Amino acid sequence: MEYEKLMATAAKEMRPSGIRKFFDIAAEMKDCISLGVGEPDFKTPWAVRDAGITSLEKGKTWYTSNAGLKELREEICRYLSRRFSLEYEQKETLVTVGGSEAIDLCIRAFVNPGDEVIIPEPCYVSYLPITTLTGGVPVPVPLLAENKFKLTAEQLKAAITPKTKLLIMPFPCNPTGAIMRREDLEPIAEVLRGTDIMVLSDEIYAELTYGDMRHVSIAALDGMRERTVLVQGFSKAYAMTGWRLGYACAPEPVIKLMTKIHQSAIMCAPSTSQYAGIVALKTCDADIEKMRTEYDARRRFLVKGLNKMGLTCFEPEGAFYVFPSIQSTGLSSDEFCKRLLYDKKVAVIPGTAFGDSGEGFIRISYSYSIAHLSEAMHRIEQFLTELKA
Amino acid sequence: MEKLLKILEGNARISLEDMATMINEAPETVAMKMDQMQKAHIINGYRALIDWEKAGVAHVQAIIELRVTPRRDCGFDEVAATIANFEEVDSVLLMSGGYDLSLVVKGTSFQDIALFVAKRLSPIEGVLSTATHFVLKTYKKDGVLYGDEMKDEREYQ
Repeated sequence: MEYEKLMATAAKEMRPSGIRKFFDIAAEMKDCISLGVGEPDFKTPWAVRDAGITSLEKGKTWYTSNAGLKELREEICRYLSRRFSLEYEQKETLVTVGGSEAIDLCIRAFVNPGDEVIIPEPCYVSYLPITTLTGGVPVPVPLLAENKFKLTAEQLKAAITPKTKLLIMPFPCNPTGAIMRREDLEPIAEVLRGTDIMVLSDEIYAELTYGDMRHVSIAALDGMRERTVLVQGFSKAYAMTGWRLGYACAPEPVIKLMTKIHQSAIMCAPSTSQYAGIVALKTCDADIEKMRTEYDARRRFLVKGLNKMGLTCFEPEGAFYVFPSIQSTGLSSDEFCKRLLYDKKVAVIPGTAFGDSGEGFIRISYSYSIAHLSEAMHRIEQFLTELKA
Repeated sequence: MEKLLKILEGNARISLEDMATMINEAPETVAMKMDQMQKAHIINGYRALIDWEKAGVAHVQAIIELRVTPRRDCGFDEVAATIANFEEVDSVLLMSGGYDLSLVVKGTSFQDIALFVAKRLSPIEGVLSTATHFVLKTYKKDGVLYGDEMKDEREYQ
């Protein structure tokens, strides 16, 4: 069979993830230290695992309703109100297979062929390929280190055309660790009010911000709830990546349409995970806090260490990544990562994997123990010293 | 203070400067706090966690349950203090439940410990009975897994 000829053009042309390339090499290498993983190193809190086990013991292994267990959706609404002052109703909530499915559904629900989707970059790797798969046109907006990788109203205005359908708001941001505070969001909201542009606000890292100020959702701003699809999930906050559990909240007609797609493609999110999710939301605020405190210590440790060795690092205020500049080495991101991997067996991800504007940067994850990070930093320092010699 | 203690409890060999960075304090402040906590006996020492079996050194441990008659004036304190003075005794804990004191005793052989119990512990005034349980293997101690190296089990690297 000539598969190349047979397979769909749009799927073939999807941009592959730039993250995989290095890890396939790293996986084969002995004594290689990875700083690339984008998932928590913590285990899912025991109470949550126990709830999953109990649901299995009781044989609760049927499909749930398409939109997700009623009790889970109620808990999600309560949680969003308690933690982020967001008021949603059960009928405005859809439980999905991870935040990823919610992103996919939202883009499919809104984007007609030719519609433009504004994507601030560097950002998570899936918005762009999903957009192209639906026939949409990605409009990347390069975020700048001097703006702390925040999106500005001027940048947004410049990117808007009559064809703009959707704006992706990926904050707290993977890979930069940038966040948008209320005062940063207000000018963005001001540009959007009165337009027909929808916002896909990917807030999967909402629980992981550092300092006293909590994350603010753009949906909490005046006039924004009606034009926002909020994407959230359990993976990062509760260390539940493999459970594949996320959700979307949006006005009812939007959730209805997304549920229709979900119904055909997925049926429902895994029932075991949904039962576990209820307990996570009900009982695990303290677990989040414990993990957040640990991430915060590692974040400080890395930022200080990297700056000290000359890899200038803006202070990330969210997620669990640092995004240092490697421009002082004169190497491209790709070259830097390759050489660091082959010379010192440390795997990090080139900023370019998250968009062209990531050139000159690398992403380092701190979902690792201090001992692991410390060894990696030691090797990076050696690498830089030898580079200069 | 709690953050600092948790870091120290996990690994007391992290440099002052790194610890200071992790909790967003000056290194001098961290040094001062550690000093104060040592003086206040909140921090009671810094030691290595050794797997003696792996090191190939003869090392036997037993947990001993003691039933003791409490004294009218000082309860269990006096007898506990007497026992704590023996250098073979690693820890002395007052317990709720079926017995009174729990001891961890260390020696180089089973016989060593048996003799210690028979000759030194049992004769102490107030000791009613002893039950000696030898430790056969350590799987986890002070929050640290012994044996296999900790592996990163995440597959999606």
